[in-house]
Amino acid sequence: MKFKGKTWKYKDNVNTDEIIPARYLNTSDPKELAEHCMEDIDASFAKEIEKDDIIVAQENFGCGSSREHAPISIKEAGVSCIIANSFARIFYRNSINIGLPILECKEAVKDADKGDILEVDLSAGTILNLTKNKSYKSTPFPQFIQELISAGGLMKWVSKTLPPVKGD
Amino acid sequence: MGMTITEKILAAHAGKKQEAMSQVFPGELIEADLDFILGNDITAPIAISEFESVEKEKGRELDVFDKERVALVPDHFTPNKDVKSAEQCKILRDFSRKKNIKYYFKIGEMGVEHALLPEKGLVLPGDCIIGADSHTCTYGALGAFSTGVGSTDLAAAMIRGKAWFKIPETIKFVYNGTLNKWVCGKDLILYTIGDIGVDGALYKSMEFCGDVISGLEMHDRFTICNMAIEAGGKNGIIEPDKKTLDYVKNIAKRDYKIYKSDLDAKYADIREYDMSKIKPQVSLPHLPSNTKPASDVDNIQIDQVVIGSCTNGRLRDLEIAAEVLKGHKIHQYVRLIILPATQKIYADAMKKGLFDIFLESGGIISTPTCGPCLGGHMGVLAEGERCVSTTNRNFVGRMGHVKSEVYLASPAVAAASAIKGRITDPEEIKIK
Repeated sequence: MKFKGKTWKYKDNVNTDEIIPARYLNTSDPKELAEHCMEDIDASFAKEIEKDDIIVAQENFGCGSSREHAPISIKEAGVSCIIANSFARIFYRNSINIGLPILECKEAVKDADKGDILEVDLSAGTILNLTKNKSYKSTPFPQFIQELISAGGLMKWVSKTLPPVKGD
Repeated sequence: MGMTITEKILAAHAGKKQEAMSQVFPGELIEADLDFILGNDITAPIAISEFESVEKEKGRELDVFDKERVALVPDHFTPNKDVKSAEQCKILRDFSRKKNIKYYFKIGEMGVEHALLPEKGLVLPGDCIIGADSHTCTYGALGAFSTGVGSTDLAAAMIRGKAWFKIPETIKFVYNGTLNKWVCGKDLILYTIGDIGVDGALYKSMEFCGDVISGLEMHDRFTICNMAIEAGGKNGIIEPDKKTLDYVKNIAKRDYKIYKSDLDAKYADIREYDMSKIKPQVSLPHLPSNTKPASDVDNIQIDQVVIGSCTNGRLRDLEIAAEVLKGHKIHQYVRLIILPATQKIYADAMKKGLFDIFLESGGIISTPTCGPCLGGHMGVLAEGERCVSTTNRNFVGRMGHVKSEVYLASPAVAAASAIKGRITDPEEIKIK
């Protein structure tokens, strides 16, 4: 899987209330959630995001609540993947479980500025900053996580493990 | 090699209990059997829709893995705040009915999930628990491994009764000394988060111990484990002792098992604190790690005080607030909202006469709900307003307008602040 898109850069500790404020959690409609994604820290995000754009953030991205609405709103907004120094653990699980690619790579984060064009090769774990003409290698996922991702997320994997008919 | 309590519980639930080599190691990925799982009105609708999508794909109806080990608690936007939340809550009710889920709690029976499930004896020592709510780490106070996950994990767990985990490293937090007057579990955990930061325990287990922890009652232990997530922790945990067993013995709905860390267990770090030096704390906006002693905060005028939540809405929390408020009127321009966390706490607080104290002081008492903690309803803040809250997060816009501010504190500090109209150390208040 390869993606190419422009960078949206954010700080340390972007929390789930900033990604999708709780006042919008009375729905789980992805489209409606995407319209309010990042609203409280970057009002331009939902308006100007283009398909395959990439979020780049520093430490502990997605900290706070367990709301899956956060990665769902990012994915639905059109973001192809998130690159950060580190992710909060529930956000990390949720992203993998719903099939939103995330990568940890400090060097790529350090160099990337807002608007830089990045190209990510998920299976190779490589990141190219085409604007700055630099390449990076991300931390690979453990084997089991790679299985979940290649199955298309946790529920697809669960579905595969279930017999088609009860009692089989 | 020795194991920590977290490693032992995960090893036992990973099917390793029968084997001679029953060891797990930090970093190892396991699949663990779950003793109990839960979801709420925000997270469960997505899980239910995922569950139903698997049913559709398989072309048949599926049962939940165990009808007595799933709880669905509509507590965030209940009593239903608008049509959309009513529809979310209805999804939980319809699904519970259809699947015969035993522990669905409507208003009148419900409470804030992390106060409710321990009170009902549904989560127990030695359990392996996941909940689609980040504060599921609360149950670590019972000596269980308990962690927050998202909706998809809940959906998979409802089908399979299992979840995948990476065995976390553990940081041991040792608290010694004597607690100063008004210092409680909330101050201890706020101080700790202030010390290590909001990602200080990222992916790690936080094991709380020492003389101070042994001396704390269960309500304070729940508060401490509840906020492990605010330091990035995977779980917070306290070894069960006599107090834990006294708490669960008459309410437990199932058998349970006591685990303790080995003396030679390995820790990523050991941090020691002398609690004698700690005064009542406040976390200033906009991170829980932004802590200071309440007495060192300059004259910060406030508009609202909230006492309640999964962090501090238990009976003892309300008693402490009442002790401070008794015989005082709250400040003319402050709104005081008190939310007993469960129906039982509500009834007990009323019987003990706490409601009279709250009402006479000028406060209001709400039915149990998470409402204001997440800016949902029952106390949303306007632009520029400031709130002292016994809840757990003070992120930008958490309780309302993006330009409002939340100051996290204990029930005692919150009550004292309501009286003075500014952030106040309870020492300043004359106790009547």
